Amino acid sequence: MDLPIKWLKEYVDYTASTKDYIEDITKAGQKVESVRELAGDITGVISGKVLEIAPHPDADKLVITKIDVGSGENLQIVTGASNLTVGDIVPVAMIGATVYHGDSLEKIKKGKLRGVESAGMLCSIEELGFTRHDYPEAPENGIYIFQEEVPLGEDVKKLLEMEDEVVEFEITNNRPDCYSIIGLARETAATYGVPLKYPEITLKEEGEGNSKDIIDVEILNPELCPRYIGRVVKNVKVEPSPLWLRHRLTAAGVRPINNIVDITNYVMLELGQPMHAFDIDTIDEAKIIVRNAKENEKITTLDGQERQLDPSMLVISDCNKAVAVAGVMGGENSKVSPGAKAILFESANFNGANVRITAKKLGLRTDASAKYEKNLDPNLALDAVNRAVQLVEMLNCGEVCKGMVDCYPNKREKWEVEYSTEGINKLLGTDISEKDMIDYLKLVEVEADGKKALIPTFRPDLVAECDLAEEVARFYGYDNIETTLAAGTPTVGKKTYSQQVEDKILSTLVSLGLSEAKCFSFESPKVFDKLNIPKESKLRDTVKITNPLGEDYSVMRTVSLNGILTSLAVNSGRRNPEAKLFEMGKVYIPKSLPLKELPDEIPTLTLGMYGKVDFYDIKGICEELFESLGIKEEYIPEKDITYMHPGRTAKITVNGEEIGFVGQIHPDVAENYAINTGVYTAVLNVAKITEFSSFEKHYEELAKFPSTQRDIAMLVKDEITVKEIEDVIKENGGKLLESIKLFDVYKGNQIQEGFKSVAYSITFRAKDRTLTQDEVVSPMNKILKNLESKLGAQLRDK
Amino acid sequence: MKEELKKIQESTLKKLSEVKGLEEIENIRVEVLGKKGGLTKILKSMGSLSQEERPIIGQYANEVRKAIEEKLEKTKENFLAFAKEKKLQSEKIDVTMPGKKTKLGHVHPMTQVIENIKNIFIGMGYEVVEGPEVETAYYNFEALNIPKEHPARDEQDTFYIEGEGEILLRTQTSPMQIRTMETHSLPIKIIAPGRVYRSDEVDATHSPVFHQLEGMVIDKGITMGDLKGALAVFAKELFGQDTKVRFRPHHFPFTEPSAEMDVSCFACQGKGCRVCKDSGWIEVLGCGMVHPKVLERCNIDPKVYSGFAFGMGLERIAMQKYSISDLRLLYENDVKFLEQF
Repeated sequence: MDLPIKWLKEYVDYTASTKDYIEDITKAGQKVESVRELAGDITGVISGKVLEIAPHPDADKLVITKIDVGSGENLQIVTGASNLTVGDIVPVAMIGATVYHGDSLEKIKKGKLRGVESAGMLCSIEELGFTRHDYPEAPENGIYIFQEEVPLGEDVKKLLEMEDEVVEFEITNNRPDCYSIIGLARETAATYGVPLKYPEITLKEEGEGNSKDIIDVEILNPELCPRYIGRVVKNVKVEPSPLWLRHRLTAAGVRPINNIVDITNYVMLELGQPMHAFDIDTIDEAKIIVRNAKENEKITTLDGQERQLDPSMLVISDCNKAVAVAGVMGGENSKVSPGAKAILFESANFNGANVRITAKKLGLRTDASAKYEKNLDPNLALDAVNRAVQLVEMLNCGEVCKGMVDCYPNKREKWEVEYSTEGINKLLGTDISEKDMIDYLKLVEVEADGKKALIPTFRPDLVAECDLAEEVARFYGYDNIETTLAAGTPTVGKKTYSQQVEDKILSTLVSLGLSEAKCFSFESPKVFDKLNIPKESKLRDTVKITNPLGEDYSVMRTVSLNGILTSLAVNSGRRNPEAKLFEMGKVYIPKSLPLKELPDEIPTLTLGMYGKVDFYDIKGICEELFESLGIKEEYIPEKDITYMHPGRTAKITVNGEEIGFVGQIHPDVAENYAINTGVYTAVLNVAKITEFSSFEKHYEELAKFPSTQRDIAMLVKDEITVKEIEDVIKENGGKLLESIKLFDVYKGNQIQEGFKSVAYSITFRAKDRTLTQDEVVSPMNKILKNLESKLGAQLRDK
Repeated sequence: MKEELKKIQESTLKKLSEVKGLEEIENIRVEVLGKKGGLTKILKSMGSLSQEERPIIGQYANEVRKAIEEKLEKTKENFLAFAKEKKLQSEKIDVTMPGKKTKLGHVHPMTQVIENIKNIFIGMGYEVVEGPEVETAYYNFEALNIPKEHPARDEQDTFYIEGEGEILLRTQTSPMQIRTMETHSLPIKIIAPGRVYRSDEVDATHSPVFHQLEGMVIDKGITMGDLKGALAVFAKELFGQDTKVRFRPHHFPFTEPSAEMDVSCFACQGKGCRVCKDSGWIEVLGCGMVHPKVLERCNIDPKVYSGFAFGMGLERIAMQKYSISDLRLLYENDVKFLEQF
């Protein structure tokens, strides 16, 4: 909402500077977004009289003028304008002045035009930053010429009443009354405790006949139209509005059009009540019917667009046709054209939600609909219509008929809110006296007596004690409420266990060199193809967004990988030689489709990396991670995840339960992401990690007796996994077996094709004694025998 | 014999003063003091001396031996010290060369800000709670006094989910107020960080996915003064002890009275600059006293209990704190960006 300061000061006297004002009004609850100075950029332009016009010796299109700017010394200024005559008073930009040149500002310098010195520039209205809408008397092409004798050497901004400051407010939607100059004036008056000067409305009513006899109004849907007032003006003269009115509109950001339209806009800005004017001759039988639109009904609105209506929408119609979309825009068929003889002013109240939905359906949000959708006070309509016809009389552009038609079946009355001084003080933590509270409430026209408050109808937001508490606090000053620290019951600040696990995961991964990524939770359904996920996969059953920002953000992810792969692709595309990332996010798994209840949101950890890394790097990271969480996990070869390398992927299990996988991304998938190097990833279910994790530690006594170590090397078939070998060693090592350590795996020269050499250090230890060589012979033999029999291992001589 | 001894002493000491290595010293030791060494030989022949001469020569011989031994030892020590010195010198390295680093990863700036804020509130006795991002309209709107026809519920602001009933992506962390009141016993003192969603196209200052942090305290006798107190402490902890705060009246459907909290601009200390649009203040959060209707809906008697709640957008705080000019950087995950934090 734009508030021009000059206009504001019509209704409220205050002395604060605009700088202080914006601070004060913001603290009182109306937040200022910005302040702009109208014509603030224009400087150094004064009025001057044309004394002489002489042709330019070297240019047909230029003339040399002598200008009197009241300083006694005449200026020689060269201009290309052809609309000047001797004696005209015009705006003169002096040397050093700033004016508009197109959309940008230009500083006037002393110079020569085709060899002739020019000490300034004569200005058009556009060069002063305005248009012919603001100053219709200005010529289409040429220098602005003052219409009357004005003093010379005066600042033209003052002469043309261009200067003003416009304060832009952020109005909260509980305060429809503040979408008006008068509403903000009321807040201003309350802020400074000064009176509000409400516009005085007096009418002459010289038009022939009474509105009641001329028109008829019927509301068929009073729920959507609580009030409709019609008032007739005869012998209308449609013409440009006077300067003062045009300026008010321009300052408030509304384009002046003609006196009738300008009057409706003026009232809307001033009082917040949208108005509309119909040409009565276009209303069949002069009867207004407010009704729902018919199936397939169409109307061409004032902007020339044909609009398809539906029965949820409210229209203003006559006996035969719709003449306006209620609260949104008038119809082309009933508009006030320059030849109109009599007009009907509409000042009505419509249901806010209905107007909003209609405007949205039509894609036609107007100034009027924006006001209506906040739910206006129906009592406002009366003042508004009278204000409009008063302006007609002021502008002398029509004869206002007596009376009006006012359909208002259920009048909105003031209501009472019970409160107690103590209750408000208790909520605020203040000690404000009953009388002071009554005075604060009086500032916003609430009549209170310490027990109950009578609320004006333009304040629908005041319905309970807490609402009054806010009004009291606003004018007592939020700043003046004493800052305290709640005594209350002591509480312990803490994180949940799962948050602690997540913290541990984060710190472990960061110390292992991975950086944390953040990815969007929704993505494109095309991701499933990109990841080579089969058509029939359950992962394609997604939580879908009804109104997404395009397909790319249309489904909640069921797989976390796309985010990290996309991030790796960004890094790879930017030639970052290495990237190691992890993301702690969620996947969203529907319990059933169509969705009947909220989906499962499963916290998921996704690791991804490329660069100088291989499978064993990322597996090592997983191992460190699980160790830090007190989890003993196992890795089982996994070849069936379609987006993973079938020979380089392991699923990870804990106590036989699967909690994720680790491996290399399938090269086809990496290619889909345009990453031309090995990409390694791990995807882990954090809910399950949390379940299996443990931060409990127990000290185990350090060994007192030395261990005995045996190294073995064996030849096994390539497909035998290290895990299989280790299982055999563990099973047969007996209770003295302390640890086994793989120290070599070799394929190639000297090793038979299809085989590999694997070497282990096996350590035995007893807690209570030093082992003798003999004691380890038996377990070693058992191990070797079983390796041979179960895995076909051939032991190699050392 | 004495002459011989003297000669051997002189020649040995001379040799020792000219030696060039440890090995030579050992050779000299063997040559002189060894079983077949010069001095040993002389001593062995002492038997041929007279009774009177023997002690005199014996004593002299011992002196000679001692002198030689001392010299041997000293020479050896010198050599060892010299060798050590030489070794140390040969081991000299360029300590200005870069160290071998174990590259650490980096925590995302959003997480750093969230953790920072969490820790401040945990220190003040708040418990951290979490809840669903896919929410029902009841928790996101109705229970928070946002009725059906409210503009905030428009499709242009809220992402709705296909399915039965009104399911949506939460537009705020405020549903956690309701969920906590329904499940926690009183008093309540919680914060709830998390992701929220709004239908904003991606640009330098908007993202359809972003983070908020909600806070709520409910107990007997909680006042607006307590709200101001708690948030002033928070602001000073987060933005620095010199930070000033300002509370302005505002409107939220689920708090009354409501306020927005500004902090003095940390870029210009309140003098007015580009960051604060010359106002000297930066808007940080919305807050207010929990609306009695909201309490009632959660079966908390507003005559007995009162409370305050607050909510803040975290991206903006992170961007201001780290001078990040484009929000998109936060979700791109370029390591060159992440490594700066």
